[in-house]
Amino acid sequence: MRYLLIEDSAKLAATIVERLQLDGHAVDHTPTLDAAHACMAVADYDLILLDIMLPDGDGRDFLQAQRKARSPTPVIVITARSAVSDRVSLLDLGADDYLTKPFEFAELEARCRAVLRRQIGAADNHKSFAGVVLDSTAAELRFDGQTVALRNRELRLLEVFFAAPGQVFSKTHLMDRLFSFSDEASENAIEVYVGRLRKRLEGAGARIETVRGLGYRLVPA
Amino acid sequence: MRQRSIRSRLVVQLVGVAAFLALVFFFVVRGVAERAAEGTQDDILSASAIAIADSLRSAEGRVTLDMPYSALSMLGSINEDRVFYRVTSGGVTLTGYADLPLPDATPQLGVAVFDTLTFRKDRVRMVSVMRAVGPATNTQAVTVSVAQTRLGLEALSQRITNLATAIGVAFFLVAAALSLWASNRALAPIQRMTDAVTRRGPSDLRKVTANPPTELVPLVEALNSFMGRLSSSLDRTEDFIAEAAHRVRTPLATVRAQAEITYRKLQKPEHKQAIREMIRAIDESSRSAGQMLDHAMVNFRADSLAQDALDLCAVLRETCDRLRPTADLKDILIHLEVPEGPVTFQGDGILLQAALQNVLDNAIKYSGEDSEITARIEPGEWISISISDQGRGFAGADLGQLTQRFQRGANAGDVVGSGLGLTIADEVARAHGGRLEIGDTKKGIGACVSLLLPLP
Repeated sequence: MRYLLIEDSAKLAATIVERLQLDGHAVDHTPTLDAAHACMAVADYDLILLDIMLPDGDGRDFLQAQRKARSPTPVIVITARSAVSDRVSLLDLGADDYLTKPFEFAELEARCRAVLRRQIGAADNHKSFAGVVLDSTAAELRFDGQTVALRNRELRLLEVFFAAPGQVFSKTHLMDRLFSFSDEASENAIEVYVGRLRKRLEGAGARIETVRGLGYRLVPA
Repeated sequence: MRQRSIRSRLVVQLVGVAAFLALVFFFVVRGVAERAAEGTQDDILSASAIAIADSLRSAEGRVTLDMPYSALSMLGSINEDRVFYRVTSGGVTLTGYADLPLPDATPQLGVAVFDTLTFRKDRVRMVSVMRAVGPATNTQAVTVSVAQTRLGLEALSQRITNLATAIGVAFFLVAAALSLWASNRALAPIQRMTDAVTRRGPSDLRKVTANPPTELVPLVEALNSFMGRLSSSLDRTEDFIAEAAHRVRTPLATVRAQAEITYRKLQKPEHKQAIREMIRAIDESSRSAGQMLDHAMVNFRADSLAQDALDLCAVLRETCDRLRPTADLKDILIHLEVPEGPVTFQGDGILLQAALQNVLDNAIKYSGEDSEITARIEPGEWISISISDQGRGFAGADLGQLTQRFQRGANAGDVVGSGLGLTIADEVARAHGGRLEIGDTKKGIGACVSLLLPLP
């Protein structure tokens, strides 16, 4: 997925870019609306992350211009203002969603995913391994003509494994991906979710293997 | 102390002036009429006394009088007044009533002297004239006095007084009625201005354009300039709250994002734990700051509540859609149960959404994973918008206290929160004439928070 981040705070932008790149997305960052227009002229983006208060204008005007030009690219607004203090609802202005600063990356990720899923026909976003296809946008597994629907956490866990098949992931690493900082979760919870994934993968060409003392990895069945 | 109304002052002053004029009118009319009546009596008395004096003769050094009765009968013509006369010469009464007092001053030749005195228990008017009678060598000074009671005059004066009173009272009444009418008319422009201002909605701070009379122009100008200042001050407050939110949240967002990246890179559990606690502290403070600003904004907007025509189903649906990704992170399902048709309501959509978002956000925070939340609209005596979850519930907490600022349930535990969410929801409900009802669900699993709004 290719993202465009329009955000004037350099430090915040750097961390957002770093984090989205960790998830395997390509991210272009521009600090101004002018630069954003220039980027959009030369590249197609799957998603735009837009700050509202920018040095060369109001992000809401950019949003309206996008909608007027019938641009299909979904926009998630990242705002430091709360919905209550904005006289006009951001969604009414044509934003597909908005996120209030500060935010958790898991939340940003979840909202990007939800927006992309709504955008039917958006570039397909799937990975495959050993004949098993993981469709992140549709939140399903496909193998042998079967389709298995996935809950949100199952999907996020599988995405970790499918990103690097054969690599061992520790329980701590998996927990960090699955639980937010406000959840108090124990390592047992990971065992529960891995158990569920094994059930989902029954009959498929891939399975999750326990590597004693180290963690789990995705291997061919 | 409140000042008396301009209208009553104006009426009192105008009526006072009318009363004064009526009194002046009364005294003038009565005075002029009485003087005219008195003058008439005096003229007749003089004529009578002169007629008697003209009849005086002198024969052989003695004064004789052939009383001309016509002189007395002309007096009788006025009324039933009694007439007295006395003719004296050198202190000797020649004829008439000897007890009729002599005039105080000795009358001079050709000059009549008038007196008003009491005689035989009646007030009488008396005129005295002096004549020199007899041959030039032996003239005698003779004084002729004629008096008449004043019954007729008093009766006349009474009639005049009555008439003057009647006219005065009538004048007063007409003047009072006119002053009432006039003051009402004079104050009508003020009433029109008052209506123009009071008919306005609470957030209407436009200038008053009603055409004021010249005297009210400075007042209207002052009012308009005040409204202008108030409106810009309100705008500044709103801008300030938004700006404050921006200033507080942007650096927090940077710190939080950097901490999260750092967390991912760290290996040692104790380091990870430290960062974890740091992130929770950031969440705590940013949430508190955000909620406090929201709370300020809710209070601010509640004073001049927008009256949008809303479909509550759409408002609730939008709120649920917005929080669904957050709920998804914990595999929480949100069920929406709303009537088929729209549920219309007049109110501030953004405030209602903020209230519902706070309640729903609470439900997600306090719910366990793999659970369900139901958002429901039930029209009834009140429109009830309820959010029920399968979380830990309120566990018998003092429910009345939870809507107070910074009050959190005893079992909130380690969930990040500011204690302002339910306060905001409660204030939004009240601003719309409704209330917030909180409790555990009927089945006893989880919490149920209902926003009750009055039927339109």
